[in-house]
Amino acid sequence: MVNRVVTGAHYGLRDWLLQRITALVMALYLVLLSGYLLLQPYLDYDVWTALFSNQVVRTFTMLFLLSLFYHAWVGVRDIVMDYVKPAWMRLLIHVLVIMALLLYAIWAVEIFWGM
Amino acid sequence: MRIMSWLRPVMNKKRPKHLVIHLIKLPLPGIVSILHRVSGLLLFIALPLLLWMLQYSLTSIETYTELMDILAYPLIKLILLGLVWAFMHHFCAGLRYLAIDFHLVRDLAHARSSSKVVVAASLILTILAGVKLW
Repeated sequence: MVNRVVTGAHYGLRDWLLQRITALVMALYLVLLSGYLLLQPYLDYDVWTALFSNQVVRTFTMLFLLSLFYHAWVGVRDIVMDYVKPAWMRLLIHVLVIMALLLYAIWAVEIFWGM
Repeated sequence: MRIMSWLRPVMNKKRPKHLVIHLIKLPLPGIVSILHRVSGLLLFIALPLLLWMLQYSLTSIETYTELMDILAYPLIKLILLGLVWAFMHHFCAGLRYLAIDFHLVRDLAHARSSSKVVVAASLILTILAGVKLW
C-alpha cells in the first residue's frame, strides 16, 4: 500500500488542471485590463474608481482574485511538499496559508463592495 | 508481503546524500524553472501588500494621494519593479509551461530556445513597465 500522508496532494488531477485553468483566467483578465488602461489618454483617481464601480468589472475582478488565491494555494502547497519534510510542520503551514488566502478573499470583497 | 521481507534491510539502509548546491550547473530551462517557483513565492508573500495598495487606490482621493506619495520613494519603486519582474517572469514561464502541456515544445532544442525567449521577454516587459510607470 502507498504510504498516504494527510498533507499530501490527494494524488489527483484536479489541482493540476485547476492551476492551469485559473492561470488562463488570470492571463485573460490581465491582458484585457492592461489593454484598457494603456488605451486611456490619462489615468487618475476618477478613471480608476469609475472602472471598478462597474458591476461587471467588479465581478470579473473578483473571479480573477479568487482564481489567484486558488492558484497560489496549489503553488505554495507544491513548494511546501517539496521542501518541508515533517508532517506536522507541513500541516501547520498549509493551515496558515489557507487561512491567509481566505482572509484575503474576504478583504477583497470588502474593498470592492465597501468602496 | 512475506516474500518481499528479504528486501527490508536493503530498503531501510541509510544512504548518503551528496547534494552540493553550489557545484550543480543548472541548464537554462532549469534556471527558468526554479525562478518560476521563486517568483511565484515572492508574489504570494507580496499579496497583502498588493491588496493594501488596491484598497488605498480605491477607498478615497486622500488615500489615493497618500499611496501615490509613498510609491514615489525610490526604494519603494525599486521593490515594486522587483515585483513587476517576478510577475513578468512568472507569467512568461507559465505560458511556456502551457505550451509544453499542449506539446508545442517537443525536443531539447525547443526547450532551450523557449527558455531564452522567457528570460528575454520577461526582462523586456519589466523594462517597458518600468518606463511606463515612471
